[in-house]
Amino acid sequence: MATLDRTARSFLLTELVSGFMLTLRYMFKPKATINYPYERSPLSPRFRGEHALRRYPNGEERCIACKLCEAICPAQAITIEAEPREDGSRRTTRYDIDMTKCIYCGFCQEACPVDAIVEGPNTEFSTETREELLYDKDKLLANGDRWEAELAANLQADAAYR
Amino acid sequence: MFTTVSTFLTTNWLGQAILILLECLAVTVPLLVAVAYMTYVDRKVWASIQLRRGPNVVGPFGLLQPFADGLKLVLKETIIPSSANSVLFIIAPMITFVTALVAWAVVPFNDGWVIADINVGILYLFAISSLGVYGIIMGGWASNSKYPFLGSLRSAAQMVSYEVSIGFVIITVLLCVGSLNLSQVVIAQAGWFWNWFWLPLLPMFVIFFVSALAETNRTPFDLPMSEAELVAGFHTEYSAMTFGLFFLGEYANMILLSAMGAVLFLGGWMSPIPYAPFTWVPGIIWFCLKIAMLLFVFSWTKGTLPRYRYDQLMRLGWKVFLPVSLGWVVLTAAVLQFGGWVPKH
Repeated sequence: MATLDRTARSFLLTELVSGFMLTLRYMFKPKATINYPYERSPLSPRFRGEHALRRYPNGEERCIACKLCEAICPAQAITIEAEPREDGSRRTTRYDIDMTKCIYCGFCQEACPVDAIVEGPNTEFSTETREELLYDKDKLLANGDRWEAELAANLQADAAYR
Repeated sequence: MFTTVSTFLTTNWLGQAILILLECLAVTVPLLVAVAYMTYVDRKVWASIQLRRGPNVVGPFGLLQPFADGLKLVLKETIIPSSANSVLFIIAPMITFVTALVAWAVVPFNDGWVIADINVGILYLFAISSLGVYGIIMGGWASNSKYPFLGSLRSAAQMVSYEVSIGFVIITVLLCVGSLNLSQVVIAQAGWFWNWFWLPLLPMFVIFFVSALAETNRTPFDLPMSEAELVAGFHTEYSAMTFGLFFLGEYANMILLSAMGAVLFLGGWMSPIPYAPFTWVPGIIWFCLKIAMLLFVFSWTKGTLPRYRYDQLMRLGWKVFLPVSLGWVVLTAAVLQFGGWVPKH
């Protein structure tokens, strides 16, 4: 009887038909993919995207050229040169991040004592040439100005856990 | 005015040539558009099965995607490998494409709507679809590269194997019709949709469809281009429009075999219910709907089934389909003979 049953099933292609029905059911299920450029998935406040150099609310740049980020960077993507400004405060004259070297580990923002270098939520910074990915201080500060609202909100949201 | 034009087109030799050209265009242009949108439908169906969205960026609902892809293929550079036999290399995709197109000459789109209403229509179709394998063999051989060569060998063996069972399927239908003319095949199926040959000859219809999958190198029989082992099979070395012609030919072949399925088993241009208002719908619309339905099953299959192993493919072809279809030919002949239903023309 079992043999008969098996033979009948194999001739009537029951396995095939049930497989086809399964895929047919899936065809009418809601899509799992989001419509990317118009819809986005949520990001954690800890998300490590494009770098930015932040400023204080009065416009003064936060970075004090302690070079801790440069020291800790495992990919050695950060290059800093510093000298005292006219008013005697210690500031960077050069702050470069080679985004092609960066591995987005987030050690720089962990090392920073003044929350100057941070990794923001932005992931859409692809460029057409390699040179455009060698960020300098102006680019990083501009990023900071552009993303300050999100960066501050993320730091605020994560502050309770660190 | 109208009469002068029609007499010119039907009597003058130049007029006849123009008329034939127009008929060819009337078939080829919609066919190519259908091929373009078949690629789109394919991708949409696979995407839905996998809970994805599929192409939806180029144009509304991604409807212009096939044209963007086509334009890309046209604009790219055709690379001919230095070790390839360049003449055969160029000719091969042309053969695939042309054989996929010329077969349409005998397909009846509606009552009397057929370019060449020849009495050996089915044999012609069968012969042309066998010729299609030459393009693939030549392409694989002329590439002078190992993966295309293996892919084309597989393809040749596969197509030869499954053509045998398709041949027997066709013979069964012929026994029931008594004519090799495709229009006669459709007319013999007149009536309700359960009079069409798909139900009386259901096992043959299944065998036909599975063999059609194998003939067109579609999943689960896409061994000639099994990506994991043979890169892209016989068209690995092809690029730009030479690849495009293979691609177009393949899809045109798929549509052709669906049309064959519609003519042989689904009553061609007949409406499923032989009464008004269904009979008011033009036959060509029913025909296209039937083709579209079969093509959907092609896509659905690709979204559902994994690939066969090569020995499984050969076992299915020679040890299952061949004896079953052969037995069914004998059975059909016996039933027709002893039931007194042998068609007379």
